[in-house]
Amino acid sequence: MAQATFRIWKGQGDSAGFKDFVTDATVGMVVLDAVHQIQAESDPTLACRWNCKAGKCGSCSAEINGNPRLMCMTRLDQLDLTVPVIIEPMKSFPHVRDLVTDVSWNFRVKKAIKPFKPRKPDAPDGTWRIQQQDVERVQEFRKCIECFLCQDVCHVLRDHHKHPEFAGPRHFVYTAALEMHPLDTENRLGQMKDAGGIGYCNITKCCTKVCPEHITITDNAIIPLKERVTDEYYDPITRFFKIFKTNQ
Amino acid sequence: MSEYQTHEHDVLVIGAGGAGLRAAIEASAAKVSVGLVCKSLLGKAHTVMAEGGIAAAMANVDDRDNWKVHFADTMRGGQYLNNWVMAELHAKEAPDRVKELEAWGALFDRTKDGRILQRNFGGHKYPRLAHVGDRTGLEMIRTLQDYGIHQGIEVYMEHTATTLLLDGGRVVGAFGYDRERGRFRVFKAKAIVLATGGIGRAFKITSNSWEYTGDGHALAYNAGADLMDMEFVQFHPTGMVWPPSVRGILVTEGVRGEGGRLLNNKGERFMFNDIPDLYKNQVAKDTEEGWRYVTGDKNANRPPELLTRDHVARCINREVKAGRGSPHGGVFLDIAWIKEKLPKAAEHIKKKLPSMYHQFKELANVDITQEAMEVGPTTHYVMGGVRVDGVTQMSTVPGLFAAGEVAAGLHGANRLGGNSLSDLVVFGKRAGEHAAAWAKSHGQGKVDAGQVESAAKWALAPFDRAGGENPYGVQHSLQDMMQDKVGIVRNDGDMAAAMDGLAVLRKRASAVGIDGNREYNPGWHTCLDLPNLLTVSEAVTRSALDRRESRGGHFREDFPDKSKEFSNHNTVVRKGPDGAMRLCRERIPEMRDDLKKVIEENK
Ligand SMILES: Cc1cc2nc3c(=O)[nH]c(=O)nc-3n(C[C@H](O)[C@H](O)[C@H](O)COP(=O)(O)OP(=O)(O)OC[C@H]3O[C@@H](n4cnc5c(N)ncnc54)[C@H](O)[C@@H]3O)c2cc1C
Ligand code: SF4
Ligand code: SF4
Ligand code: FES
Repeated sequence: MAQATFRIWKGQGDSAGFKDFVTDATVGMVVLDAVHQIQAESDPTLACRWNCKAGKCGSCSAEINGNPRLMCMTRLDQLDLTVPVIIEPMKSFPHVRDLVTDVSWNFRVKKAIKPFKPRKPDAPDGTWRIQQQDVERVQEFRKCIECFLCQDVCHVLRDHHKHPEFAGPRHFVYTAALEMHPLDTENRLGQMKDAGGIGYCNITKCCTKVCPEHITITDNAIIPLKERVTDEYYDPITRFFKIFKTNQ
Repeated sequence: MSEYQTHEHDVLVIGAGGAGLRAAIEASAAKVSVGLVCKSLLGKAHTVMAEGGIAAAMANVDDRDNWKVHFADTMRGGQYLNNWVMAELHAKEAPDRVKELEAWGALFDRTKDGRILQRNFGGHKYPRLAHVGDRTGLEMIRTLQDYGIHQGIEVYMEHTATTLLLDGGRVVGAFGYDRERGRFRVFKAKAIVLATGGIGRAFKITSNSWEYTGDGHALAYNAGADLMDMEFVQFHPTGMVWPPSVRGILVTEGVRGEGGRLLNNKGERFMFNDIPDLYKNQVAKDTEEGWRYVTGDKNANRPPELLTRDHVARCINREVKAGRGSPHGGVFLDIAWIKEKLPKAAEHIKKKLPSMYHQFKELANVDITQEAMEVGPTTHYVMGGVRVDGVTQMSTVPGLFAAGEVAAGLHGANRLGGNSLSDLVVFGKRAGEHAAAWAKSHGQGKVDAGQVESAAKWALAPFDRAGGENPYGVQHSLQDMMQDKVGIVRNDGDMAAAMDGLAVLRKRASAVGIDGNREYNPGWHTCLDLPNLLTVSEAVTRSALDRRESRGGHFREDFPDKSKEFSNHNTVVRKGPDGAMRLCRERIPEMRDDLKKVIEENK
């Protein structure tokens, strides 16, 4: 049976560093299996998050050989096992221990975004009529598993640490899902412009590349949001018509 | 005690899956203060993994559906051991709970006229499962989460409750630790709702995550509550079998709902060979009629692949044992064949089953639009759990409520697919409502410092045994044993051996040790989970030994048939005064006449 070396970020704070672990690599294994094997064989304290082991919960995010990925969906046979496989925690968030980071900031950002506000029901029984194609437009965004890999890769957060001023791609996807929800009546464009800092995004598309749910974050969520923000706040013609409309 | 951080709430909800979130929302709506504790991050609970859909008789696709048919289906599926009060409430209230999800932002797939679309599923007479492709659970938990965070609920993510605190038999709080720093916490509460999910980690091959160590079951049991129906564990017929590292991961029943057929290595559609009596009027005569059924012909009967899970799982098991299995010890599940019937079959499959397509492509190198999958049974769900009052969801311990998978009653001997997600919202809501009412009419009880101290001391003990056995070793031994001896096919000898094995494992568990510190230390967490796994494993084994018949999820090769003697009681276990587990048989209350009639009419 082949063996492989996993070079894993271990420890806390200043004393953290890489540590090598050797374990068996068997057919079909994913990186998360290797981490579990190491926990069972040599280091039960090795910390990581996981739940579903099937790419559905977005818990097991890490950087594998420098690429932000889900450990449960990264097969060992896609990696070069003749050299150590490097596993590190995400870099955009405060480190807790080993592969675990403090992602609580994301939950606070989401809470600050105005919630869903539906229009009045269409039918007397309190239900709505929605066409499948309108549902499908938004379903892409609703596939998000909140793995925060897009937040991890985005340079505005990772390198420029704009956490307080920039909501990040995950929350643009969230906002786009609400804004394009066929029943929603709220307006969050002001929030995106100001607190969300959508202007910081310079459309590098790195977030789209890492999204394990293959959400076209930049083209389908961020760019349309940016356009709407522009229309609403900067475009003189739209503004003129808006004033005109409210005066009527 | 003052040295531990203490939080005070009217209602404390333990668990943030569908049931816990729904309970917290309801309690909060009743204007009481609500705390919500969960082991993982918010939105990562098991509910997120649910695929196929949520069952509710909305009759959007087939107008013959109504609560009565849903009730009768649920009772038939549960082989009449269900708490019929719950089955009735569930069937009646599920449609409103689904519509409410839509009002909170959930976007289900639609019918042509713009209403919520419903799909076929095993044991449901009509298309009844509202769904979003094959990621219904994600839609549901995200909707509840995104709505819930604006309802003034205090959320404690990555906190584990280890002990319930009691004051003269009434529950008054919980003790636990935060995973990140390992600090102890005391939660004072007037009422507690358990919504901790299931016990699947007691078995080796399972679709369940690390969280499913039966914590809620054990918390309730140790607080003196009754556990009921623990012999009934659902082995889902279709888990992945290859490669080894994905063994057990679920393949949604939705595949069969869309027309997927089960084949043995002779290419035979073996499910047609064994139709149980209870269902013989409801099964297609041939493959043609089965196809008509899954494509919406109201006059057709279901294909046998859509019989209840217990039956399908046993048929698969039999094929494998008889040497007719697939290369890696499963059978073939084939959806690719529908290209004979549909022009754009590959697109259709990707659209209806996107995450299955993904899962097989990425984890097994199999393109399900072209090839058959290899599947076999996997531990999936526990029908048994905390015995509750059907209307209020209160357990036998005052102030302690339970909802969702941790509670028993709705599903009887076998759960129908889709009936869990609806269970979560129907009874999550009820538990939240009644817990809030209880909190309003009862003061904050007294938390006993002695109980807190002993809970803390117990939790720290594994560090004193540094160098002791690795907790994962004990966990794996337990999982191997339960899989082998108390799994899908059971008998007296194996289970008696399992009882002996449990005694040995208990000794080993009390000697496990862990190094390192308390901060995010999964080895330590596993040490503390082990006693819970052992408690639920004992409850399952004892209950299964006592039921000398086969029914629903419980199959005994030494008693392969249903027996009248066992047809009208539930198995209940509770902690005796000496600390040992006691078992008794509790008679099922006589069903109301009008409900009996409903069942007769739907035979
Ligand atoms: C892969 C898969 C697919 C499924 N598909 C379907 C389907 O299509 N339809 C259907 O109806 N059902 C389905 N089910 C079943 C259904 O998803 C589950 O039964 C249901 O989600 C359980 O919900 P719950 O709210 O009871 O618990 P969960 O969602 O599991 O939540 C349990 C919560 O309790 C917390 N918890 C546990 N122990 C503790 C503790 N000690 N301290 C603090 N918190 C704790 C956990 O952290 C978690 O937040 C599926 C299950 C699986 C595994
Ligand atoms: S496209 Fe925008 S949001 Fe995405 S990574 Fe680049 S800068 Fe960040
Ligand atoms: S948008 Fe994609 S990468 Fe970002 S959190 Fe969601 S699933 Fe993850
Ligand atoms: S464990 Fe759920 S996404 Fe990896």
